[in-house]
Amino acid sequence: MSLLLSFSFSSLASNIHNLLAAAISNSFLLLVTEMVITGITLISFLVVLCFFLGYMERRVAAFMEIRLGPNRVGPKGTLQIVADTLKLLLKEGLTPDSSDKFLFNLAPIIMVVASMMAIAPIAFAKDFQLYDINIGVLYVSAVSSLGVIGILMAGWSSNNKYSLLGAMRSGAQIVSYELSVGLSLISIVILSGSLSLGDIVMSQQNGWWIIKGHIPIIISFVIFVIASTAEINRAPFDLAEADQELTGGFHTEYAGMKFAMFLLSEYINLFIVSAIAATLFLGGWMPFHIGGLDSFNHIMDYIPSSIWFFAKTFLIIFIIMQFRWTFPRLRVDQLLTLEWKYLLPISMVNIILVTVMAIMGWHL
Amino acid sequence: MKALIEEDYITEEGEFVINMGPQHPSTHGVLHLKVWLNGETINKVQPHLGYIHRSIEKMSESLSYRNFIFATSRMDYLAAHINNEACALTVEKGLQVEVPARAKVIRTILSELTRLSSHQLWWGCTGLDLGAVTPFFYAFREREAIMGIMEETCGARLTQNYMVPGGVMYDIHPNFQNRTKEVLKQIKDKFQEYYNIMTGNVIFENRTKGVGILSKEDAISYGVTGPTARASGVTCDIRKHYPYSAYDQVKFDEILDTAGDCYARYMVRMHEMKQSVSIIEQLIDNIPEGDFQAKTKNVIKLPKGEFYQRVETPRGELGVYIVSDGAASPYRIKYRSPGFSNLSAIPDMAKGGKIADLIAIMATVDLVIPDIDR
Amino acid sequence: MTNEELKNSITAILSSSTFDESGEFLTAVISSEQLLPFMKDLRTKSEFDFDYLFCLTCIDWKDHLMMVYFLLSKIHKHTLVVKAKITDPNNAQIETVCNIWRTAELNEREVYDLFGVKFINHPDLRRLFLTDDWQGYPLRKNYADENMIEL
Repeated sequence: MSLLLSFSFSSLASNIHNLLAAAISNSFLLLVTEMVITGITLISFLVVLCFFLGYMERRVAAFMEIRLGPNRVGPKGTLQIVADTLKLLLKEGLTPDSSDKFLFNLAPIIMVVASMMAIAPIAFAKDFQLYDINIGVLYVSAVSSLGVIGILMAGWSSNNKYSLLGAMRSGAQIVSYELSVGLSLISIVILSGSLSLGDIVMSQQNGWWIIKGHIPIIISFVIFVIASTAEINRAPFDLAEADQELTGGFHTEYAGMKFAMFLLSEYINLFIVSAIAATLFLGGWMPFHIGGLDSFNHIMDYIPSSIWFFAKTFLIIFIIMQFRWTFPRLRVDQLLTLEWKYLLPISMVNIILVTVMAIMGWHL
Repeated sequence: MKALIEEDYITEEGEFVINMGPQHPSTHGVLHLKVWLNGETINKVQPHLGYIHRSIEKMSESLSYRNFIFATSRMDYLAAHINNEACALTVEKGLQVEVPARAKVIRTILSELTRLSSHQLWWGCTGLDLGAVTPFFYAFREREAIMGIMEETCGARLTQNYMVPGGVMYDIHPNFQNRTKEVLKQIKDKFQEYYNIMTGNVIFENRTKGVGILSKEDAISYGVTGPTARASGVTCDIRKHYPYSAYDQVKFDEILDTAGDCYARYMVRMHEMKQSVSIIEQLIDNIPEGDFQAKTKNVIKLPKGEFYQRVETPRGELGVYIVSDGAASPYRIKYRSPGFSNLSAIPDMAKGGKIADLIAIMATVDLVIPDIDR
Repeated sequence: MTNEELKNSITAILSSSTFDESGEFLTAVISSEQLLPFMKDLRTKSEFDFDYLFCLTCIDWKDHLMMVYFLLSKIHKHTLVVKAKITDPNNAQIETVCNIWRTAELNEREVYDLFGVKFINHPDLRRLFLTDDWQGYPLRKNYADENMIEL
């Protein structure tokens, strides 16, 4: 039991580093080897995560629709996604004749790369962060907005009016909602005083920001969840890929592995957005501490930090998944009205409130 | 042919044409709509029909008066009983034969059950078209229960082929009354749930209120019938104005609304479901004893003349017009289908809206394309 | 209005119409050239007010074609059937009523498609159900196709 408690990812990482340093003497080669190992681990982690998220989505959907969900392939249907991925791999990756081939093939790659790049500053556990860049929040915000270029490329290069409509809608949507997302992130940055994700988690040592910052931060949290559901093109904001209206939207013409890459990037985006919400508002890997109660905090520390992080992230993923099966879809002008006339003014007033709160010291 | 294509594509500055259908997840059948768009705003909608034209009218000219009834089950397959009832009533009108009381009540109960199951499917598909996937499964749960009753009594779930000139084909199953009462209880509990899921939802109200307005004069001019017309204020319930079968023995309300938008059409149908439940409740315990079929000759020959019978299907008024010259097959049959007139009003309703509005309009007008194409 | 009053009013505006009361509704039989002014009167004159055209079709009687219009008045609640006789099947044409009742647009296209009756001044007269290059008019009694099978 004590072995399990003392296990931490940081010691694993330093052990591997020492092993490799002993074997390889050239420091540049050492760096490259470590980068390759990290890259492969990260990519396989993300793929396994997407399998799990796909399974979770289907089970959540089935639970809400009074049916069972996948339960044949593998024990309790866990291998269903593997079967689906194999099917997508074996399909003919058709490129339409009249499409712009270079852009057509480049679009899914850009989307996946943009999604994966945003994983870098996220802290999965204590001392287990890929790259604690000192502008972490800004980096994540900037990199995840590269995804919209992929969508626009996909829609344009398909040479198909439906795809173009879907891509245009999505471009307008993502660009608008980035403002609300940015403003909610800034409210936490004001309170914690740093853009770096590691510092933000450490500042929640005496309690999570959603509890310390009470009402303005709760408003920020709600706005963040709504706006980021729109950012990742998920229902009820999924008009870019509305299958009842545009038969697939910007990814109508994609088949096989390229389509799988769009799905992959969508799930990775979902994970990133939930991870950022968990890190900024709910404390990341920091256990549930109440400032002042030291013995209570000490008990909470027994649960490993990676479990805290994943529990919070999956809670938010569950909430976002529930939205999809509960609400009808918004029309495109109602979507933009929601952002520009409601969310953005509320966010701006909220920022002023948070600033006043930070200056006066009214937060806990 | 070439001239036609060029003429179709004449567009203003900045307009482009997209095709919705014939294969499309939300056109309720094979309907091909050509939509002229300016950005997201619709300038013109032109329907192209005929993808499922099976020439039922010409085919019926070589079928006997007993057989042609069952071709109409495939016309509006969601209301097969009601279509068959219309044809049987027309033939009975021609033969001047009196249907026994038991058969009348059975026909009415089955028609109202069909109306309930058709409105259930409509509700599920409306949710699906607007993006809410969950109501689809909830609606089919109730529909399965009704299909079970149909299967036990009539032998089939979708195209029942149960009505014959003179009455019904065989007597009802002994379980029919109890099973129907259970299903009614199950459905009555669900109306509040339907309200909670969709009707009271803010996003749903924003998508349907003020969308696709059809004025009363336009509704009459386009010949629109059914819940689509009643939502615009036109009173046209055939069950009230020209009662047939056992509708003169029951009390029910005709639901009218004046707004004429998608939300009004939606609410009219939801209230109609409640009225159907109340009609069945009034009849289910009082099925009179007696024959289930009047005696008719084996080979039916209608006398020379013309006969018109109209019934109220879940979509509107279905009219069957038979012209007979005394032979064993009809000389000419014309089906006045409700979807045909309702469809002709859609281009007017959709003009100036967005694509999402067109989907909402088609969902609430409740078209079934085989009914239009015949 | 009752059938007697309808008959009198119709004879007052069109004296050459004949009547047939054997069916369920009162039927007025006129010739195809007199159609448009007659229909306009039926729609606009306040004693008729026939604002609802609920069925429009055609019957092929081999030596002539008969267009049938079912009219209903929502205000006075009376029904009338107007039959217009087209005497020459090979050159069948008749005025369109789609300026009076919008529902006639699609219905007349269907009659053109299946019977070959040309509607003068129709805004968009082309085939509805069949493909544009179909030859012949299927619902006519003398229609023959090499794919037809006699039972």
